[in-house]
Amino acid sequence: MKYASRIYLCLIFGILYIPIVTLILFSFNATDSTSVFGGFSLMWYKELFASPDTFIALRNTLILAVCSSLLATVIGTAAAEGIYRMKSKLFKRALTSVTNIPMMNPDIVTGMSMMLFFVALVGILGIEYENFGFTAMLIAHTTFSLPYVILNVLPRVEDFGKSLSEAAMDLGCTPLQSFFKVELPNLMPGVLSGLMMAFTLSLDDFVISYFVGSSSFQTLPLLIYSMTKKKVTPDMYALSTLIVVTIFVLLIVSNVRNGKKNRKGGAKK
Amino acid sequence: MLFADDGICLKMKKNKSLMHSIAAAPHIFWAALFIVVPLLIVVYYAFTDVEGGFSMENIFGLTEYFDIFLLSLELAVIATFVCLLVGYPMAYFIAKADPKMQKIYMMLLMLPMWTNLLIRTYSIMAILDDGGFLNTLLGTELHIIGTKGAVIFGMVYDFLPYMVLPIYTCISKINKNMWEAASDLGCSPLQVLTKVILPLSLSGIISGVTMVLVPCISTFYISQKLGGGTFELIGDTIERQFVSGTLNVGAALSFVMMILILISLWVMHKFSDGQEGGIVP
Amino acid sequence: MAKLIELKGISKSFDGERVLNSINLYIRDGEFVTLLGPSGCGKTTMLRIIGGFETADEGELLFDGAPIRDVPAYKRPVNTVFQKYALFPHLNVYENIAFPLRLQKVAEESIKQRVTEMLRMVALVGFENKDVSTLSGGQQQRVAIARALISHPKVLLLDEPLGALDLKLRKDMQNELKNIQKAVGITFIYVTHDQEEALSMSDTIVVMAEGEIQQIGTPTDIYNEPKNAFVADFIGESNIVDGIMLADKSVRMSGHTFECLDGGFGKNEPVDVVVRPEDVDVVAPEKGMLTGTVTSVTFKGVHYEIIVDIGGFKWMIQSTDYVAPEQHIGLYIEPDAIHIMKKSKFSGMFGDYSSFSDEIDTLSDADAAEEF
Repeated sequence: MKYASRIYLCLIFGILYIPIVTLILFSFNATDSTSVFGGFSLMWYKELFASPDTFIALRNTLILAVCSSLLATVIGTAAAEGIYRMKSKLFKRALTSVTNIPMMNPDIVTGMSMMLFFVALVGILGIEYENFGFTAMLIAHTTFSLPYVILNVLPRVEDFGKSLSEAAMDLGCTPLQSFFKVELPNLMPGVLSGLMMAFTLSLDDFVISYFVGSSSFQTLPLLIYSMTKKKVTPDMYALSTLIVVTIFVLLIVSNVRNGKKNRKGGAKK
Repeated sequence: MLFADDGICLKMKKNKSLMHSIAAAPHIFWAALFIVVPLLIVVYYAFTDVEGGFSMENIFGLTEYFDIFLLSLELAVIATFVCLLVGYPMAYFIAKADPKMQKIYMMLLMLPMWTNLLIRTYSIMAILDDGGFLNTLLGTELHIIGTKGAVIFGMVYDFLPYMVLPIYTCISKINKNMWEAASDLGCSPLQVLTKVILPLSLSGIISGVTMVLVPCISTFYISQKLGGGTFELIGDTIERQFVSGTLNVGAALSFVMMILILISLWVMHKFSDGQEGGIVP
Repeated sequence: MAKLIELKGISKSFDGERVLNSINLYIRDGEFVTLLGPSGCGKTTMLRIIGGFETADEGELLFDGAPIRDVPAYKRPVNTVFQKYALFPHLNVYENIAFPLRLQKVAEESIKQRVTEMLRMVALVGFENKDVSTLSGGQQQRVAIARALISHPKVLLLDEPLGALDLKLRKDMQNELKNIQKAVGITFIYVTHDQEEALSMSDTIVVMAEGEIQQIGTPTDIYNEPKNAFVADFIGESNIVDGIMLADKSVRMSGHTFECLDGGFGKNEPVDVVVRPEDVDVVAPEKGMLTGTVTSVTFKGVHYEIIVDIGGFKWMIQSTDYVAPEQHIGLYIEPDAIHIMKKSKFSGMFGDYSSFSDEIDTLSDADAAEEF
């Protein structure tokens, strides 16, 4: 049984990884073929780094991810506090349902709706959509990240209930002090994982950015999309390889860090 | 009911939780402006013509896309089913593996999940293409891109982790005693699975199914790349309207798709709630 | 002693349900007061109103003569030991206790000295740098007490603080709490559903039921002179029998006229008669004032618990002598063992042991423990 399960898992994981491995392999190809390996070379990486588009897109992606995830985390954490303490159950339910719409809706619908909204907004404000690129993306990314932040923070808020803030106020904290001195430090794990999630979602998003974005603000996924529209060349492979490797390193680092923390926690008990 | 709630809101404002009710205010503002208003605009576009006058033409015109709707649904349902079939045993085996291996398996699962969908889809295309890696390797001339099979394979490949993850989480939360209790009461290993574990992991299955079905129905990139231009799914249609600027039709399509998906999510939610209530009262 | 806290006509409802109904009560400086009652009687709500976590719908709350109903919790000189301690998980033992002083920006030297003093008082010296999650229940309890006392509040509120501890530890902590109260000399307001705890620790007990105060008094008063059937039943075991007051010092119940010490009732007034199980003597049938048949006998260690059927009413008797089930016995009751109470809305609800079983008792205890 144990053997069979291991073979099964290896098989499926194998299939999952073949495309990624070939992609990495052919990014080092010496020819522009993506099917015949003609020798090892770094030429596609050189070509990639020679293009200013890559750097602009990378910079844009990072700026957008940092800004939108921070904004979503601040709004979402405050919202989780507020939602937990809302007395009207009806309003609470309505608000969480609305918040979750971008999470439940297909990206394409969210993208379409935001695009139409921005077109209308730009019309009302009388500005060019081109000049609105970053703001539109920031709003869109913050909006679809918000439910994930709340999803991460709200359970922790509920876990502590009102007991910690009551204890803090009992001992002399004003409500504001109680939040920053007691609640926030204890919510931190949830806040951080919400932030992480918002950050990765923003990095990864293609569909909504595709609808909302304008040519003035190119991100990496949009760049990849435009690359794959043209004839296949391995410079896109090179870019993808770099992204995959980055994610892989981040995953290992966060896993090792978590593992250490768990072991420390375990030893205490 | 509504009035009673208003009363409570007013009272709340009076007492000390004022700060906490302000806490949610930015979010309420944000959700109203950037979630509700855009959806209202979609509805507005769906029911107006290019000049902005009221029109049912966009909605009635959708009959034209009925076949595309059906095809999207067909492919998405098949892909979701295959994901479940392949993913459930995976989740089960991972959950039963020893903790150290579980961690490694989870990382292996997360990596493709966090890799951009475009990259994943593109890499399959490069493999399955007519002059692609697979054909070169085997020395064959199989024509795979452009078939339904290729599109379904792409969907399964792209979204399988989204099926495995919630089911795994669900199974790993099931108390170990449950296994022991079931076998103690006379269940064979297979019966433990079908009579205890499967019903208990139903909520994981439901969320896995939604997480796979929704992006499958609405995808346009997978069908563009792996459908080789011979397929048009509903996502492609919406994207085409967007590119060609016929926004009213695009809005009508989005509107109908949203309604259908929200209804089916709601039904599934009800269904899973009822089930859970039945098993763990 | 001066009145420190005074509640005047305090009422509170949740979702239309009245939890506290026009409560009047004053608490003196330096007193150990216990709010005692079953789950849902409103005792915790009353404590939370005093602490400032709830606001009363009606009525007035005075502290040292000044109204404080609308003063927020953090401005009241009242601190709380919460049921589940509510220690701050991100701070260690030392920082948890130092927390109120840091808020007041007390100098580091002075903080160190006062925390050390507190640690000594609650016997936790050497635990300064421990993570609070690694402490046992009893140790967490002590940290919570130290943290609540360090800023020298005028009143300490304790919300079922021993509820989560096991029996042995609970007994130790009862003594310790009492000693701490004597040492710091401030008012303790203690909420519990455990009558033994209330009897052994308090200067004054406030018995509550259904959002109202049933009786206020010293432990001995409450035990010996319960005001109504609820109090008699809730504090200790009681047989509560319907009786008729024939005249002062003469009551008729179960077909026999008894001599008693109470008076001041109307002629032939129906009353509730309380007889504690330990005050009934088992004698031969012919010597008994009442006779009945033993239906069950349970060994309890110190005594036997005997249920006797007397004309359909089941009495509980505690005796050190064994009697056999089915045996016909006589009961003898001294005049000072009989306590007469006026009829109340609780009459007839308690004091008959027909359906008595230990199991039901434990169940209701567990229910009560869940309340907070």
